[in-house]
Amino acid sequence: MTAVVEGRAIVQDYHVPGGILAKARTVRALKGVDFAVPKGKTLAIVGESGSGKSTLARIIALIDAPSGGELLLDGLPVDIGKRRPDSALRSKVQMVFQNPYGSLNPRQKIGNVLTEPLVINTDTPAAERRDRAEAMLQKVGLLPEHYNRYPHMFSGGQRQRIAIARALMLNPSLLVLDEPVSALDLSVQAQVLNLLADLQDELELTYVFVSHDLSVVRYIADEVMVISNGEAVEQGTRDQIFANPTHPYTQQLFNATPVTDVEAIRQRVARRRMAREARPA
Amino acid sequence: MPLLNIRNLTVRFATATGSFTAVDGIDVSVDRGEVLAIVGESGSGKSVSMLAVMGLLPDTATITADEMTYDGQDIRDMSPALRRKLIGREITMIFQEPIASLNPSFTVGFQIEEVLRLNLRMSRGQARARALELFQAVGIPAPEEKLKAYPHQMSGGQCQRVMIAIALASNPRLLIADEPTTALDVTIQKQILDLLLKLQDDYDMALILITHDMGVVAETADRVVVQYKGKKMEEADVLSLFEAPKHAYTRALLSALPEHAEGDRLPTVSDYFEQEASR
Repeated sequence: MTAVVEGRAIVQDYHVPGGILAKARTVRALKGVDFAVPKGKTLAIVGESGSGKSTLARIIALIDAPSGGELLLDGLPVDIGKRRPDSALRSKVQMVFQNPYGSLNPRQKIGNVLTEPLVINTDTPAAERRDRAEAMLQKVGLLPEHYNRYPHMFSGGQRQRIAIARALMLNPSLLVLDEPVSALDLSVQAQVLNLLADLQDELELTYVFVSHDLSVVRYIADEVMVISNGEAVEQGTRDQIFANPTHPYTQQLFNATPVTDVEAIRQRVARRRMAREARPA
Repeated sequence: MPLLNIRNLTVRFATATGSFTAVDGIDVSVDRGEVLAIVGESGSGKSVSMLAVMGLLPDTATITADEMTYDGQDIRDMSPALRRKLIGREITMIFQEPIASLNPSFTVGFQIEEVLRLNLRMSRGQARARALELFQAVGIPAPEEKLKAYPHQMSGGQCQRVMIAIALASNPRLLIADEPTTALDVTIQKQILDLLLKLQDDYDMALILITHDMGVVAETADRVVVQYKGKKMEEADVLSLFEAPKHAYTRALLSALPEHAEGDRLPTVSDYFEQEASR
């Protein structure tokens, strides 16, 4: 079975133009990354800011062309640097961004947010566009009445549902999610993660999920790629990575993730008490 | 006697559609040298109650309390001049967005020296020396050069360190940190939390940490207040809260942590309320 999306030695360079004082230079944001995601699975890309994880997400979502390497969708090579993607290709891959406050146009009604991809990429008649948008609102846990409302009338979690609905309007096979829950509260985060899991089951979606939060990754991912300074330092199934992280950077990430287990808290409280008692009053 | 003691605090906002109660009868107290975490979702009023203490709420807010004392002094009807002596010196605060909290047009060195000169009446030379000392204390690499940097030339984690340095400038006895690590990566979050705890211990400050993240609570707090829709749900020391949460809402918050997922679904807060209701 071919992978829905595959990358071979993906390289991305950013050129920083020179000024009066600084010379022009080239930053290599991705240094040759390989990956493949089979249908219906989730690849989580983990790393901190500046690691190149969002750069990779933008390449997979066909927003930026890579400087080198090969990107394959359903086994066919795609090079958006040479040929602009047509609507069939655009329909295959959609993206959900981190900040639902920034990714929705405040002056656009939700109905227009959802039907716009259809207007641009298909010749669906207006009545059908509306029906499909209303059905999609229900699918993501909102109501058809929300069609005529504006983004400011919704909470952060609801907005992220709208952003997910918009991404699904073209029936994509691959969804690129760039930190989709990191701007949300814990309990809302749980709702959105549940929604993503349900949609994946129902629509056989493939996810590329970018995150820096290992507890979220453990919940949603099948495969994990840890990226640092533009290099994939560790790659494997979720269970492999979580059971036995081998790269020092992965271990560092694990150590930084807050521990909520009662035994760990007991130890921390005891350590703190001892430090206080040891100190001269 | 607790350092900060608030009893029955209520904050109402006058809105176009009538009055809205953001904080509804909250009691908060914090002792010297203690780390108190206030946890809740957005809209729970966790920031509003602390902004009320700082006097940072807009004029549309009506604040009432049976008691609101800092070190035995009543802050409710304090004169503005006295209040200014307290706020920003004895009690300081840092916010969620470190980059937005700093003025982009001035160097970070200027901004910290400004606090030292205006608040503590230091001379330029004294302020420069103390600023350098503070930058070293909060672990900013190459502090001398960084004093001349503008906020956009620094990372989010470094800007938060600058904010912490500014907040510490006057040797406060109470530091209020409002979601100090929410905008930061896990590795940087860890560094900032460790720094806050170390400084809290070194300076023997009281620290109030406002957060929605139970993970942050588990790693930092001595005592925890759980807030929901402006009301206090539960108050406990951190160990009992995680070991045996008393209130349904606390249990709901804890079960929404992704690491507590059982099977394929994450329990959400609303699931929990339904479950409790059907009992």
